[in-house]
Amino acid sequence: MKACGTVFKYGDNVDTDVIIPARYLNSSDPAELATHCMEDIDKEFVHRVKKGDIIVADKNFGCGSSREHAPIAIKAAGVSCVIAQTFARIFYRNAINIGLPIIECPEASMGIAADDEVEVDFDSGIIYNKTKGTQFQGQAFPEFMQKIIQAEGLVNYINNKNK
Amino acid sequence: MGMTMTQKILAAHAGLAKVEAGQLIEADLDLVLGNDITSPVAIHEMEKMTVDTVFHKDKIALVMDHFIPNKDIKSAEHCKCVREFACKHEITNYFDVGEMGIEHALLPEKGLTVAGDVIIGADSHTCTYGALGAFSTGVGSTDMAAGMATGKAWFKVPSAIKFNLIGKPSKWVSGKDVILHIIGKIGVDGALYRSMEFTGDGVKNLTMDDRFTIANMAIEAGGKNGIFPVDELAEAYMKEHSQRPYKVYEADEDAVYDEEYTIDLSKLEPTVAFPHLPENTKTISQMTEDIVIDQAVIGSCTNGRIDDLRIAAGILKGRKVKKGVRCIVIPATQSVYLQAMEEGLLKIFIEAGAVVSTPTCGPCLGGYMGILAEGERCISTTNRNFVGRMGHVKSEVYLASPAVAAASAITGKISTPEEVG
Repeated sequence: MKACGTVFKYGDNVDTDVIIPARYLNSSDPAELATHCMEDIDKEFVHRVKKGDIIVADKNFGCGSSREHAPIAIKAAGVSCVIAQTFARIFYRNAINIGLPIIECPEASMGIAADDEVEVDFDSGIIYNKTKGTQFQGQAFPEFMQKIIQAEGLVNYINNKNK
Repeated sequence: MGMTMTQKILAAHAGLAKVEAGQLIEADLDLVLGNDITSPVAIHEMEKMTVDTVFHKDKIALVMDHFIPNKDIKSAEHCKCVREFACKHEITNYFDVGEMGIEHALLPEKGLTVAGDVIIGADSHTCTYGALGAFSTGVGSTDMAAGMATGKAWFKVPSAIKFNLIGKPSKWVSGKDVILHIIGKIGVDGALYRSMEFTGDGVKNLTMDDRFTIANMAIEAGGKNGIFPVDELAEAYMKEHSQRPYKVYEADEDAVYDEEYTIDLSKLEPTVAFPHLPENTKTISQMTEDIVIDQAVIGSCTNGRIDDLRIAAGILKGRKVKKGVRCIVIPATQSVYLQAMEEGLLKIFIEAGAVVSTPTCGPCLGGYMGILAEGERCISTTNRNFVGRMGHVKSEVYLASPAVAAASAITGKISTPEEVG
């Protein structure tokens, strides 16, 4: 499994309120949530994001509320992977559970800039910055985690196992 | 090598004699919680599962508290979805308008959370119940769905930071000042993935409501949970509110902690978190210029309990909210509301020029009931001051105790109670 796309770069402590503001939480429709993704930190995001693009951030990405709407909005916006130095723990769990690939890799976070073209290989954990020609070793996704992502989330994964 | 209090509770619920930090376990759940924002997503996920019953109809709590009474059609649809689910599965602890309260104030009050429990909730402030000596942590909707279906959840056993509390807080220092001080010290990711275990002689000088406030904001330091030892005060609270048996766990003498801090409560001062992170703390005495405010919010799962309202009313009594400032008081539960009425607190608030609302999370997360316009400032007893949290992206939220919020409502700028004379 691979992800490949253009990078949107953010700093420390990107919280779930800026990822998907609570004023939109009266909806749980992924497509509708996606139209407001990152709205309070980057108004251009929804206009510029293309399918496959990648978010790279610094520390503590996804801090704040437990709203699963945050990774749902990011995934539905077309983002193929989020790379950060660290993630807030509830966001981390939620992202895996809904099948949004995320990788903790401080070196990649520091070595990747906005608009760089980046490729991520989930089998090996290798993050390749095509723009700069540099490479970083992130944690490889164990097989079960890749299966959760392929199944588009934990629930489908469990159902597939029980079939 | 001994276990922390959290580790002991998790071990017992995983059927293991011993666990250690980093170990992956599957634990039995005593309670699974959701609200009107997170439950619809969980219900949708559960409907996709090949199970059609919940694991235990008494061990699920569904609390309609964020956007209720419904603020718009979409919120009404969400609540309807949860109401129908609760009816279909005969969920005992479904709390709708008229009997609801803000979930983290309501559940302990209803006796649904007791010492020794393992609780997950699809709300980040689920960590509140650590005040009673339970392990409780926030999760997302998918984990809630799996929890409702199976009664189990997987956890990575956390390591811990120990906070040794000593001394007695001075008159205007409350649990809110304690936790803001701690978050200011360790940062919003200072306890990432870890337990925050509060202990020491100073604990006895904190009321239960102080402890709920402190445990509630463990998540604002990135913590997996916050937890207090179970003393006589906590036992008395549980005996008053719950029929359920509780189990007291204590950390081993040789439990291992990643870090240890000693906090002298007597040295703390009223503390305010400046925009836009709870770690941006200053004591009021460190503030160098006046911060003029447009709104004061007193309420939330952090500070909407009876002690909080008593403190605020004590300051507002016989005084007036400054012209031009909106002061919004939100008792956290129906029971707190009623008690505040019987004690005459509501009269004090109304006579002071504040408004009193039915219980709701509304303004805390910028939902409704107190949204800020561009450039406006609010002093708030809530828990987050992120960009746009209470409204416009160019509005500002300052987090503080009920005492500071009430005093500020009177002066129109961030103030200590001493300043209102």
